[in-house]
Amino acid sequence: MTNFLTILFDGVAYGMLLFVLASGLAVTLGLMNFVNLAHGAFAAFGGYVCAVLVNRSGVPFFVALPLAFAAAALAGVVAERTLFRHLYRRSELEQVLFTIGFVFMAVAATDYVMGSSQVFINLPDVLQGQIDLFGVGIGRYRLMIIVICGLLTLAIQGTLARTRFGARLRAAVDDPRVASGLGINVPQVFAFTFAFGCGLAGLGGALGAEILGLDPYFPLKFLIYFLIVVTVGGSSTITGPFMAALVLGIADVAGKYYVPKLGAFVIYALMIVILIWRPHGLFGRTVAR
Amino acid sequence: MTLALETIGLDKRFGGLHVTCDLALKVEAGARHALIGPNGAGKTTVINLLTGVLTPDAGRILLEGRDITALPVNRRVRAGLARTFQINQLYPELTPLETIGLAVSERLGHGADWWRRRGTRAEVNDEIARHLEHFRLTDVCDERTVTLPYGKQRLLEIAVAIACGPRVLLLDEPAAGVPESERHDILAAVASLPRDVTVLLIEHDMDLVFSFADRISVLVNGALLVEDTPERIARDPQVRAVYLGEAQDA
Amino acid sequence: MSDMTTLSPVAASTARIGRWRWQETAFWLLVVASYFLFSDRYLILTEIAWLALFALSLDLILGYAGIVSLGHAAFFGVGAYGVGLLAKHGIIEEPVLALLAAGLMAMALGFVTSFLVIRGTDLSRLMVTLGIALLLRELANRFSDITGGFDGLQGFTIAPVLGLFEFDIFGRTGFVYCTVVLFVLFLAARRLVNSPFGLSLRAIHNNRLRAEAVGIPVDRRLIAVYTVSAFYAGVAGALFTQTTALASLDVFAFERSADLLLILVIGGGGYLYGGLIGAVVFKILQEIFSSITPQYWLFWIGLVFVVIVLVGRERMRRWARVAPDFLLRRLGLSRGVGGGGSRGGEP
Repeated sequence: MTNFLTILFDGVAYGMLLFVLASGLAVTLGLMNFVNLAHGAFAAFGGYVCAVLVNRSGVPFFVALPLAFAAAALAGVVAERTLFRHLYRRSELEQVLFTIGFVFMAVAATDYVMGSSQVFINLPDVLQGQIDLFGVGIGRYRLMIIVICGLLTLAIQGTLARTRFGARLRAAVDDPRVASGLGINVPQVFAFTFAFGCGLAGLGGALGAEILGLDPYFPLKFLIYFLIVVTVGGSSTITGPFMAALVLGIADVAGKYYVPKLGAFVIYALMIVILIWRPHGLFGRTVAR
Repeated sequence: MTLALETIGLDKRFGGLHVTCDLALKVEAGARHALIGPNGAGKTTVINLLTGVLTPDAGRILLEGRDITALPVNRRVRAGLARTFQINQLYPELTPLETIGLAVSERLGHGADWWRRRGTRAEVNDEIARHLEHFRLTDVCDERTVTLPYGKQRLLEIAVAIACGPRVLLLDEPAAGVPESERHDILAAVASLPRDVTVLLIEHDMDLVFSFADRISVLVNGALLVEDTPERIARDPQVRAVYLGEAQDA
Repeated sequence: MSDMTTLSPVAASTARIGRWRWQETAFWLLVVASYFLFSDRYLILTEIAWLALFALSLDLILGYAGIVSLGHAAFFGVGAYGVGLLAKHGIIEEPVLALLAAGLMAMALGFVTSFLVIRGTDLSRLMVTLGIALLLRELANRFSDITGGFDGLQGFTIAPVLGLFEFDIFGRTGFVYCTVVLFVLFLAARRLVNSPFGLSLRAIHNNRLRAEAVGIPVDRRLIAVYTVSAFYAGVAGALFTQTTALASLDVFAFERSADLLLILVIGGGGYLYGGLIGAVVFKILQEIFSSITPQYWLFWIGLVFVVIVLVGRERMRRWARVAPDFLLRRLGLSRGVGGGGSRGGEP
């Protein structure tokens, strides 16, 4: 029983991490119909920034996290303004090709600059080891992830639901043409959201280095996971990807623990079944005219 | 009288929107039947229901007495129901020859031949040549569709539908967007459609409707308002109120 | 009705369909010539041959029918492991028969998965193709007692082709074998795309709505071509294993599917030679890049992707057409016109 709870806890932490990593992608897809296979590159960038700051410059971990966010967001703005925005009107195949190329370049460049071996971020003592909660062993690091990602999720949800910007974003996702007709500057909304999504990915990369492992191939290795979160969750809401990420996280951790022989097989099979059953995602729009 | 096309209690809703209400449409064999109605009356939905793009929530569709409600789009075509589109739906990179050839060989059951070079069946070639000639497309038959003038594309749109060998043809605003100079060709093509093909014309253009149709159904808010001869429709006060009056204002 | 004047445009046009052109003869003569010209590079030529077949397979679904796949390596991998297992357990020794058998295995998988691929939105289609390849890789990894797992399938030898031609270390037999298979399957594909079936695929790609509205059973056609394409990919994978006597997990890798897209984009889809030319160019690029920076050649391949999309293939093709003219004109000017050289020069 306690074992089960520990797995559940780890799964939730993992799932929330995946959500923070992938939420930016959901917006890119939902808002601009832009298939961005390079999303993981921004996550890796954030992770490496954090690693360099903490390990080489001795910046405290909790200071490095927001910096990782900022760095990835900045990289996102630059990439969006210079490269990606030219692709919104192009065919899906071209978007796929371009972003694959981008991610290949990012992988090789990271390899060149940082080396090919896995990078670990030196964690402060506070985050190491386990605490015992009602007999359930809980990793401190994972607890921190749940707290941070949970707060972020609430913040995202709140921003979308309550603020003026959120209303504009939702309008733009719903129907970009109508939105721009209403005077909403859709490209600007999008650029900002894209940057924010990349920032979240960067933060996720920094947080996830410990759990997921950070090496140059990170963007390719976890590409499928990000895509699963978005396609299974659907890109019309933010709750969809969140639920999908939680399910994915728990299923992956549990699957690896209980049926190690099958490993990620369970996840892929599940994804395919869900996509056949609901092509627009588990929580996506059901009404397709 | 035999009915070429009939709908019985056809019904469709989009969420709370009732777009087709208990529609009973009767099109006689060999008729030149027009379906008219003000904007938003649900004409496009009716076409989509008839052709199988949409599935009705209730009701049946009969083609020459045969229930086709459950058939997918391509099977309805094979059963004898072809259509043209309001906005051209052609193959930009293919030629008129290939476009018509596809329809002909599909109808004759050769569409899935994968080991035979196309263009080697005399019967198919003859028929393609006949359609090209009839719709005056022979001289452009080897040019990519995307490069053709709009009027020619519009003719091709009709030619493809005829090449499907329909018993019933749905013409969705055939003259829409055609410049005045090329309009004559389209009207001539519509007028010269074979008499044994039943035509259901969906149209805004009243001149075309009254010069072409021998029977008119008026659709308002997804329901059939009235169905009668053109003369009586023109005099019908109800129709004038909802439809013709509106058109005159515009 | 047999009036020749009315029939002639159609007759003239249909007579041109699928006619063998001199450029094609030249292309295949070059392939034959490469056997004599590059007799020290058989191994790389062999790689080009199976890669070309693999690209041809993608061309059938992407170039003709318009299905984007991120996981075509799935079928390549099934063919590769299929032939390896057949050889290892001595089930089918003769390479040509084993090749067919492996192709059929991939074909069966193609048929089953085609139902998943044809339905759904474009994005879910990408996901499903990608997912199937990853799933197979995971399976091959887990069932290591059968597949050799991470180390790959090893320790088998490939019997002589037709019992006559032994595979040699210089790769001479391998190259000839792969090229013959490529040529035969190319001819079959050529036949296929010039048939009414092939035309209906292009129609579906061009305008699915219209294709359905003339009675083409779109789903059935897509299933058929996807299945055929899987066979081709399986044979390509089998050739890979037969010529290297190795099958490892990376036959299923995402990078392989991605490279394949690049190859087809380099060569251009929808005229059959695109995949073949693309394979040659890709392999040359790969050789150049890895000789500059062996570890980071991925960067340069990525750059090729990015540049191709940003510049656009149409524009590139226009350049390719204009550039030789431009050079010739330059040469003509420098030779012919003595004094006013700047007259014809373009800004």
